[in-house]
Amino acid sequence: MNTITINGQAIAFATGATVLETALAHDIDIPRLCYHPALKPSGGCRLCLVEVAGRPGPAPSCGLLCADGMAVQTESERLTAMRRDIIDLFVSDHPMTCAACEKDGACDLQRYARRYGIEQTSFDFELSRTLRQDDNPFFVRDHQYCILCGKCVRVCDEIVGRNAIDYSGRGFHSHIATPFDGLMIDSSCVFCSSCVQVCPTVSLLPKARVSIGAGEELTRTRTICGYCGVGCALEFVLKDGKLVNAQGYAGAPVNDEFLCVKGRSGWDFISSPERLTQPLLRRDLAFQLGITSEPWSLPDTSPLKSRKPEEHFIPVSWETALDIAAQKLAHVITAHGPDAVAGLSSARCSNEENYLFQKFMRAGIGTNNVDHCARLCHASTVTGLGAAFGSGAMTNTIRGLRDGDCILITGSNTAESHPVISYEVVRAVKSGASLIVIDPRRTPMVDHARLWLQPTPGTDIYVYLAMMHVILRQGWEDRAFIEQRTEGFADFAALLEAYTPEMASLHSGVPAEQIESAARIYALGERQNEEMMRLGDDEITSAGHSPNLSISQSPNLPSSRGASSILYAMGITQRSNGTDLVKTLANLSMLCGQIGKPSTGVNPLRGQVNVQGACDLGALPDVLPGYQPVTDDAKRQAVAQVWGLDDLPGENGLTVVEMTHAAIAGKIRAMVVMGENPMLSDPNLSHVEEGLRSLEFLMAQEIFLSETAQLAHVVLPGAASLEKDGSFTNTERRVQLFQPVLAAPGDARADWQIVGALAAKLDEKLGRTDSPVRWRFDSTAEILEEAARCAPIYGGMRHARLAGEGLIWPCPTVEHPGTPILHTERFSRGLGKFHPIAAQLPAEMPDADYPLILSTGRILYHYHTGTQTRRAEGLDWREPRAFVEIHPQDAAAVALVDGGPVVLHSRRGQVRTQARITNRVPAGSIFLAFHWREAPANLLTHDFALDPLAKIPEYKVSAVRLENPSRRR
Amino acid sequence: MASDKSDPLRKYVYRGDPLAEPPPPELSAIFTRHRGAPDALITVLEDIQRQYGYLGQNHLQYLARQLNFPLARVYGVVTFYNLFRLDPPGKHQIRVCRGTACHVNHSAAILSHLENALGIGVDETTPDGEFTLQTVACVGACSLAPVLVVDEHTYGRMTPDAAWRTLTALDEREAAA
Repeated sequence: MNTITINGQAIAFATGATVLETALAHDIDIPRLCYHPALKPSGGCRLCLVEVAGRPGPAPSCGLLCADGMAVQTESERLTAMRRDIIDLFVSDHPMTCAACEKDGACDLQRYARRYGIEQTSFDFELSRTLRQDDNPFFVRDHQYCILCGKCVRVCDEIVGRNAIDYSGRGFHSHIATPFDGLMIDSSCVFCSSCVQVCPTVSLLPKARVSIGAGEELTRTRTICGYCGVGCALEFVLKDGKLVNAQGYAGAPVNDEFLCVKGRSGWDFISSPERLTQPLLRRDLAFQLGITSEPWSLPDTSPLKSRKPEEHFIPVSWETALDIAAQKLAHVITAHGPDAVAGLSSARCSNEENYLFQKFMRAGIGTNNVDHCARLCHASTVTGLGAAFGSGAMTNTIRGLRDGDCILITGSNTAESHPVISYEVVRAVKSGASLIVIDPRRTPMVDHARLWLQPTPGTDIYVYLAMMHVILRQGWEDRAFIEQRTEGFADFAALLEAYTPEMASLHSGVPAEQIESAARIYALGERQNEEMMRLGDDEITSAGHSPNLSISQSPNLPSSRGASSILYAMGITQRSNGTDLVKTLANLSMLCGQIGKPSTGVNPLRGQVNVQGACDLGALPDVLPGYQPVTDDAKRQAVAQVWGLDDLPGENGLTVVEMTHAAIAGKIRAMVVMGENPMLSDPNLSHVEEGLRSLEFLMAQEIFLSETAQLAHVVLPGAASLEKDGSFTNTERRVQLFQPVLAAPGDARADWQIVGALAAKLDEKLGRTDSPVRWRFDSTAEILEEAARCAPIYGGMRHARLAGEGLIWPCPTVEHPGTPILHTERFSRGLGKFHPIAAQLPAEMPDADYPLILSTGRILYHYHTGTQTRRAEGLDWREPRAFVEIHPQDAAAVALVDGGPVVLHSRRGQVRTQARITNRVPAGSIFLAFHWREAPANLLTHDFALDPLAKIPEYKVSAVRLENPSRRR
Repeated sequence: MASDKSDPLRKYVYRGDPLAEPPPPELSAIFTRHRGAPDALITVLEDIQRQYGYLGQNHLQYLARQLNFPLARVYGVVTFYNLFRLDPPGKHQIRVCRGTACHVNHSAAILSHLENALGIGVDETTPDGEFTLQTVACVGACSLAPVLVVDEHTYGRMTPDAAWRTLTALDEREAAA
């Protein structure tokens, strides 16, 4: 039994716990300024000194490990005197202008100064730091208030992994500085403001809080961030009903108190004057219906280029807008059948809204033509992991990453697309875990990698197959796991024989030795050793190869394996063989038994806030809520009965890209789009525009007049996630409640209210006056309750249960505590299934006319089609315009200037943008984000080679060529 | 650096990658010598300063990227130790000894005279790049105090005027040579 005595109280402690942690956990307060629970102790402030029986002098409790029988006093006359002196010294270099300070009441130094009765310093010093740096729109650095606790330096190092700042100078010249004391923007800062979050004084202050006052006039509301699928909890600060800033709060379930730049500072769009505040009717339709007297027709200008699209519309009442929309839909259904209508649901809307939307499509309109942007991101995860494990979602938790021994990241730009998950990876690496990155592009995570494998785009499949070849050859597989938990191993293993590392190296360009090292580190969960902790640029790629464990030696399986997890994202899924790639990663995890245990698994990182939930609740053309196939009669009829019907349409509907094709072919005649922007997000935009324009009726629910909404006949103003309530399901399957922070602008309404009203109106138009299907709900809680009756994995989800940490599905009953780790005892499908997969190359390979490979993706400061982030002042400040990354060699071939213009051509179209010449991308490959309206990447991407099962387009590989416009003539 | 210091809040403008070219061979050679040695930062910095006489921003940027040290940490180490300098030194390095023996023999007056005459402070370089003025704690020539060290030469029993004449004589000597 481990027991320590603190102030005479006997307390049990866990091995490795410090005295300070143990004391705080038992409500024994020890003063501290440089301590933070998420950071390693630094022992710098000396306030947390305690008396330890048997030791002559006091010891800092933050770094003192508990020992059995240790007796500690946290208060004594000597300690009080010492602490008073320390505070006095701090105060000697910190203006005590507390009454006028924005941090008044929330400042740690102020609190301790009061506790120890120090109003002014007894030292006669001048302030040694006076600099105030106001050089970015996110935060101000006011050095005179800095107490050099170093928490900002450590959070940037240990959590964010950017090291933008450090101590500089010496003695009285010490201060926290960027390199060369330069501007923040010239440092490696990513403006996540985690430093601001942990600053104990007002030295780091959000710019939005300067001169705003402190205390009672500010109110706070906690909710869930509406950006990516990580699902961070955050707190909005308001003054007079207006948003001031967003910040983290301690103890949030997913993100501790840390956020990324978008979650912290990406909210200006909410009060943009461009927000839609009333329903809009396109002027040609208004004229047709006799509402206006002026004839008008939609100009040919692409919405990507339009200047004043609002002039295409007239405002109308909700009653009129819904009436016209229902009338138009009823007409198409009557004339062409329900399958002539298609609907796009939204990964940015709540579970309740997605549930209601697919119910509207299936039970209201009568078609399975419902899909959403998951088709474009993780459709292949749903098909691939579904086939292998029986459940297409992240198998493990985000929080579990930090305790892992090896993390393999492939096809995920984690630090930019899921920044807060990258914090967990950084924490794992800083405590000794090995990070393997497989990516053609040097993403920021490579800075932390023990091993970086850089395959030619599209050839990574060879690397995975060869890794498994090596694992089998060396006997590193988990025999017991394979025998007890899986099936199909023999066929799978037979296919691997041909994929030697040498052969894979030939195809992928990754040295065989690196493939062997990656295989060993992943299979055995091998941690870094000391000399590997810090490696240079040139060595990152080869250093993982340790001669002591070289392949030629006899297979030497250690008695216990470390825990290895796989993180992946669009680099795997957005491929014409995406499903195969996902299955391959599933094979790899099963081969090594790296699944079903903490800190292991196959973990798809999902892009949008509720893309997981939108899939879970059936906004897909082939499955009902809870992934129940529409072709399964019993399951389908069970759902129909919950809705008061006998049956529902039983044939798979169309997917996103197929809808465009069908619209052009005249098979789809009307579309309802809720909060999606296919006119910028879908592949081959010229094709998309043709499809949308050929529709008889297009309706959009939007918060802005997006490129898609500009082509709509009726546009209905929706409420953003900060203006409504409901639940979101994050990438680790955690269902969390979000709360309204602000009122929706003008007449904008929550999407669930819009869908409900439209569905009821449609029933009326179709003469279904006694329809048993329920459309009107008084609250989102009621909707989730109904959804829970349809989807067994959500069976126990109730709003009342979701407060606090939320619940992780499967959660079949109201007593069930949720399931953080999948497949622990058995796989969802029973046995895990090995699929024999052969290597396959991308559909459109470079050739003489189009010699380069274009990959699309995201950058840190923007999000998807930019409707929100490009309207956020700070984000727009940091990255205001489009650019493409080009390798120096490819740039030189057409004499491009770094920062100058370039035109990209593909077989689909051309895009002009700024060239950034960098070796972040490999030669032969360029990278363009899809955020930019002025440089739409999807004019270039292709839509002809969809993954056969998942129907996902191959955004990651399109053949392109470069043109230097200044040489054109 | 990439941004305009006069208007820090102006939107980001991409100005190209300052490290687009590979490092010069002599710098690469230093990195090669110390690759994979995480405790070698100070030695690397000494080698670079020996090579160039100072630590240039781009030298340190290359160092950070090549040896995978955070640039902010490199800068922190550089500014912690007195021996490192971030600006190119002048053609002549003038060191006024401020050790005890020189101090009691009025070296402070020599220093302030040179500061006034050169128009620079300690650890600064004249705008024409001729002189860098520094102080030193003791050069071990106390019997000659007060002492002035110019480049590799030590001049003893200095006065403010004699010190100044020594500097002006340097120019004449060069002109003659």
